[in-house]
Amino acid sequence: MSKFKQKKGGDLPAVNTASLPDIVFMLLFFFMVATVLRKNDVKVAQGLPTSDQTEKLKKDRSVYIYAGKPGLGYKELGTEGKIQIGDKFVNIDEVQPAILEEREKLRDELKDRVMVAFKVDKETNSGLIYDVKQELREANLLKVIYVTTQSEDAVE
Amino acid sequence: MARRSAPEINAGSMADIAFLLLIFFLVTTTIEKDRGLIRSLPPDQPTDVEPPIIKEKNLFVVIVGKDGDLFVEDELMDIKDLKEAAIAFLDNGGVPAGQEGHCDYCQGARDASSSDYPDKAIVTVKNHRESSFENYILVQNELVAAYNFLRNRESVRLYGWKYTEVKAAIDEGLYTGDEDKAKEKLSIIKKMYPLKLSEIDPNS
Repeated sequence: MSKFKQKKGGDLPAVNTASLPDIVFMLLFFFMVATVLRKNDVKVAQGLPTSDQTEKLKKDRSVYIYAGKPGLGYKELGTEGKIQIGDKFVNIDEVQPAILEEREKLRDELKDRVMVAFKVDKETNSGLIYDVKQELREANLLKVIYVTTQSEDAVE
Repeated sequence: MARRSAPEINAGSMADIAFLLLIFFLVTTTIEKDRGLIRSLPPDQPTDVEPPIIKEKNLFVVIVGKDGDLFVEDELMDIKDLKEAAIAFLDNGGVPAGQEGHCDYCQGARDASSSDYPDKAIVTVKNHRESSFENYILVQNELVAAYNFLRNRESVRLYGWKYTEVKAAIDEGLYTGDEDKAKEKLSIIKKMYPLKLSEIDPNS
């Protein structure tokens, strides 16, 4: 009687897949953390202009203003440029209360250093943006950033 | 009596479940990194305050027409030439050497009919109400490019690095070395060519 029993046959041992779930879970957690589920639906066209002298947006202290012509599904509102703050369309005289309401969602210590991020479709009239900026001046929100797509050289 | 070992739970399908979730999050993920042009708006002025008088030669007027035509100092100009024109204006340093307000770091043409000093030079943009936002950004971008060009030139001359590169590194937390010192240097450069961009009411 042999103490060490020879394995019978020359079958290849199966690859141990026990750690596969661990690997997959690791990836899963990464993407779960990295995912931002969109809170507000953007209801306006968003073909952003391009520029090459950009700086990074600090997301935790930004409130967004979207502008552009009404997007797909909102065609009944016409083709005139519209302003969207949060998840609703606002008129020019409602910009101030709407933006202050959005600011309340930020962390307390960042409320004084808020930056207003404009995500504006490139076909929008610049007069509309000028009006919004006048409203922001009245509300004393003076830091703004125009979000653009980065390109190597904007003038081509 | 033989002890029955607890039956093992079959974990083979665990991977499948995890994959399912993984694919869901893969699809829904949008790793957003918004970038853009940062600008400070002027504070709201009470209407009864007289605006300060600015000499004509210290003003660089850019007018954007309805269809994106560009008028610089009343002359039609191509967008490609705007950066050069803005640099020439900002870097002019019109006050001659020896007089008060002489700019000793400017390398411009020293034209007496153009701006006195970078600090006094004001670029002002007037956009037609119906001009597109794309043109607005294009003009702003070229003007910022002019400022960045001058700032880079001075920072290379004084410290040996580019203003925009160091600023980007600090913003992204990648700067190695003494950050406070670098910030101080950045603000010195910034003071040499302060960003003075204004906008005129399109209705006026």
